[in-house]
Amino acid sequence: MKLAGPEAAGIHARAAVPAAAGRAGVGVSVEVHDVTVAYGRKPVLWDVDLVLPEGRLVAIVGPNGAGKSTLLKAILGLVPLASGRVTIFGEPLRRVRREIGYVPQRETVDWDFPIDALGVVLMGRYGRLGWIRRPGRADREAARECLRQVGMEDFAGRQISQLSGGQQQRVFLARALAQDARLYFMDEPFAGVDAATETAIVEVLRRMREAGRTVVAVHHDLQTVPEYFDHVVLLNMRLVASGPVEATFTRENLQRAYGGRLTLLDEAAEAIRRGGGGA
Amino acid sequence: MSWHTIGGYEVRADDLWTVATAAACSVSCGLVGCFLVLRRLSLLGDAISHAILPGLAIAFMVSGSRSPGPMLVGAMAVGVLTALLSSGLSRWGRVPADSSMGVVFTTLFAVGVILISFAARDVDLDPGCVLYGSVEMTPLDLVPVLGVEMPRALAFLGVVLLVNTAAVVVFYKELKIVCFDPYLATTMGISAAAVHYGLMTLVAATSVASFESVGSILVVAMLVAPGATAHLLTDRLSRMLWIAAGVAALAAVVGYAMAVALDTSVAGMIATVALGQFVLAALASPGQGIIAKQVRRLGLAARICREDALGILFRCQENAGGGLSAREFRSRVGGGGALGRAVVRWMRWVGLVEAGARGEVRLTSRGLEESSRVVRGHRLWESYLASRAGVDPSRVHEPAHRAEHYLSDSMRDRLQDEVKERSDPHGREIP
Amino acid sequence: MDDLVRLLTLRDANTRVVLLGATLLGIAAALVGTFAVLRKRSLMGDAVAHAALPGIACAYFVAGRSFVALLVGALVFGVLSAAFVSLVKATTRIKEDAAIALAIGGFFGLGVVLSRIAQNQPGGNRAGLDTFIYGKAASMVSADARLILAAAVVLALATALLHKEFKLLCFDRDFAATQGWPTLGLDLLLMGLVCVCTVVGLPAVGVVLMVALLIIPAAAARFWTDRLGPMLALAAGFGGASGMLGVALSAVVPAPASTLSRGWPTGPLIVLVAAGIFVASMIGAPRRGLVADLVRRVRLRRRVALQNLLRDAFERGEETGDPARPWTPRDLRRPVRGETLRRAVARGLARPGTAGFVLTPEGQAAAARVIRAHRLWELFLIEQAAIAPDHVDRDADEIEHVLPASVIAALEARLAAVDRDGPRETPIVPPSPHAPGATP
Repeated sequence: MKLAGPEAAGIHARAAVPAAAGRAGVGVSVEVHDVTVAYGRKPVLWDVDLVLPEGRLVAIVGPNGAGKSTLLKAILGLVPLASGRVTIFGEPLRRVRREIGYVPQRETVDWDFPIDALGVVLMGRYGRLGWIRRPGRADREAARECLRQVGMEDFAGRQISQLSGGQQQRVFLARALAQDARLYFMDEPFAGVDAATETAIVEVLRRMREAGRTVVAVHHDLQTVPEYFDHVVLLNMRLVASGPVEATFTRENLQRAYGGRLTLLDEAAEAIRRGGGGA
Repeated sequence: MSWHTIGGYEVRADDLWTVATAAACSVSCGLVGCFLVLRRLSLLGDAISHAILPGLAIAFMVSGSRSPGPMLVGAMAVGVLTALLSSGLSRWGRVPADSSMGVVFTTLFAVGVILISFAARDVDLDPGCVLYGSVEMTPLDLVPVLGVEMPRALAFLGVVLLVNTAAVVVFYKELKIVCFDPYLATTMGISAAAVHYGLMTLVAATSVASFESVGSILVVAMLVAPGATAHLLTDRLSRMLWIAAGVAALAAVVGYAMAVALDTSVAGMIATVALGQFVLAALASPGQGIIAKQVRRLGLAARICREDALGILFRCQENAGGGLSAREFRSRVGGGGALGRAVVRWMRWVGLVEAGARGEVRLTSRGLEESSRVVRGHRLWESYLASRAGVDPSRVHEPAHRAEHYLSDSMRDRLQDEVKERSDPHGREIP
Repeated sequence: MDDLVRLLTLRDANTRVVLLGATLLGIAAALVGTFAVLRKRSLMGDAVAHAALPGIACAYFVAGRSFVALLVGALVFGVLSAAFVSLVKATTRIKEDAAIALAIGGFFGLGVVLSRIAQNQPGGNRAGLDTFIYGKAASMVSADARLILAAAVVLALATALLHKEFKLLCFDRDFAATQGWPTLGLDLLLMGLVCVCTVVGLPAVGVVLMVALLIIPAAAARFWTDRLGPMLALAAGFGGASGMLGVALSAVVPAPASTLSRGWPTGPLIVLVAAGIFVASMIGAPRRGLVADLVRRVRLRRRVALQNLLRDAFERGEETGDPARPWTPRDLRRPVRGETLRRAVARGLARPGTAGFVLTPEGQAAAARVIRAHRLWELFLIEQAAIAPDHVDRDADEIEHVLPASVIAALEARLAAVDRDGPRETPIVPPSPHAPGATP
């Protein structure tokens, strides 16, 4: 599969006028149309309608239980949609899977699994290998290079439970790099990591952007949003705002996302829940 | 052989004893099983019921008899040992919880098989009976209890049933809180560990009592199935226990009847019926069942379809004053599908719509009233989203289209209070 | 003795068959079982194995005694039970454990019912169930062994070819799904393999003990290695060894004299051998074993105690302004155990004097090193990791004893300002950040 070369996508990113992200100027990476997601009978995302630009670092922020991770999983097809649809680079998900990288939340992984750091990174190459073929020397080299990029080359042979939280996160970032994807999704990449890892991750994210990659990350630290990201999605079960950080990351929007939820909206959500989800 | 007459049918006394034994076994298993299901310990129940084999064998060899006392002690000791070893392996050996259970109970089972194969020649412990029980044989082994000759197994099971019931009644509160939140229980001074191992002791005792009748594997079904079935039928613990007991007794009776009819294993049939009850509950439970969910979904879809139809006609009449041609109306309601056609027919039948002078479909006065309520909700919601929730006016239609079906009258009134405008964001009047 | 010779030289054709069959079965079950254990599905194997019984009975109704039919029937019901568990989990509020238990008991009950009906038919097999549950390894014939061989080859091939896919599935299912791997299909395939293995092994070792062969070798192998490849190899080795030794023991060891039994039953012995390997692994494995764990913990505790002693003695010297002033254990900030003190003396770090103990020059230097590492770490945490200074001391207390020399060196480089003049004989001890006037 031909991936977008860094040069081509890089031009994309640089040619864009920062303020005009969204529908005009910049390429579109992800389009979410009226997506509603329910766990059991409880809607956690409601009518989210969203267009994300390509070649940007996108933060999804919102209070606890706002459905940030769920939005990511919905885009990735890991949770069923009650309604709506998602396209990536204008295509349905299954056509572009190999162009998508994913860094899961650390809690979801079985840390006692018998595998070392290099083995985890090698998994990033499995997609392009296809069925049955084993990773070869070239894959190993590529995986090592990815570990080097996140400053973890010395830990290649370490079993993953023996790494610190930040190191584990870096290994997963390296796996994402090994996928060589066009679009990356990361679930709380900065959660519970030390300062050194945070710096390293930001460094890697910036390099990804320079290469024209898109990164969509669930993020919990509001203070660092303007510093780390270009585009922000404010979410609180519904989409509150989405756009370039300068224009969107305003006190007013934050209050709408984090300030108490509108009571009538909640009641309607409850009524729909009892009715059994979206129409 | 003595015969009794029940409801016009002649029943042998032996049959009654067998059914009573099976029911006592099933109900005592069902009661403790509820807590296994709720505490997600069903597999530990499975493990214990397999692992008590060596306990039984050792009790045999030591006491040289099949009297319940030593067997109970042996089984309970090994049952608690299974629970302890399993949690110990996963804690200190870092073995995953399910695997550690697997390691422990299979090993103990192997020990048990070896011991029994040595003991089997001296004592009448039959390996086959251990596996699938012989509840049919219980009336052959009678003991006098309070002046009545009853099967030994029933006497044993009766005591276990009483103990289980008493334990559930006396420790109801403790069991409930430990099931719900062990940490909370511990902070409140109720030892979750004590309750846990107490429960495991009951499971082991119940298993050993049920052993002769239903065997070590089928008892797993008796432990888990009634609780799981009841869990699907109610949301309250006390009711769940009652239902589990009832379901368990029913399984015993029905299972026995079917086994006799098909001339096959009673214990196996009881387990099969218990599984069948669960499947039935999963399909047909009023609250949790798959069928109920589908019916609710269909009802909802029909209502949404009807309200959409009313909305279509309302807007049409609002714009042009006239109705829609019957054909177009049909094609627009529910996408012209089967549900849509049914809804259109039904609306005409109940008098929400009527045929106009030129054959077009029009709202009746009742239809107008109902449709204006729907449209009012829609437009109020649009206004609310646009003016209060800060949603872009161009994007309010879709959410409102969804929400209109769920707004109650009181919510519509409160929306009216919040929204001061008399028209929606698209400039149309709110009816 | 004669028996043993006969067995080891494989002179007896029957023993040869049984030995070969059991060994191969152990290997095959261990390979598949490793993935089942890692996928946290080890007890699904239990359900699948029990569900084979109604399948066998159904096949008997349809096709009589054809072995292939029995196999297919068992497979169908095995997969059915796996599907039942997934479906119950997905569509109802019942959790996976209860669903598995239901499958075990319910399907087995159905099997008992059906097989009893089958037995009642004219020409029905009377001795079906016991064999099914307990297995009869000793009565294995060469056709059975050939079947096991074929199954073992298939299973080994499947696990070798799909090694990468199963690894991904077990480790990180979500990631596999985002990559477009058919995770559901792979899950079912894994359960299917478990099913094949179980069905083939049933006549030899029976239901429950088959579960043991799936789980125990894998769980034992996990103690020895942190990598999947070696784990698979070890598990296969353990499984094979259990099968072989179990058969050998049952042929050689006579039954206790008090019983009339002719020998030890083979299936349970295989499991007991596997359990023995498991226990030995759990206790004795390097790194993950209990003994290694204990040794590590004792060593760490000793080192911490010694370092604490040195620190306290050194700091007392700093406080009193006279490092040569003798102290007794009671003078120190933390209680000291006699054993720790003896070790300090034995290593020449402290020496007893008339009025108490004093640190030797080596002890002084060692204490300075410890304190230096401690304070460097404190500074590092404060300056680099933005952790509130209040919390630092406790963290540093634990970590200074764990820090290897290389990290201390790295810290030194990073905090070059502390020691600009290059390394010296006695390291400079930087002031503690808690000291008044220190800049945070």
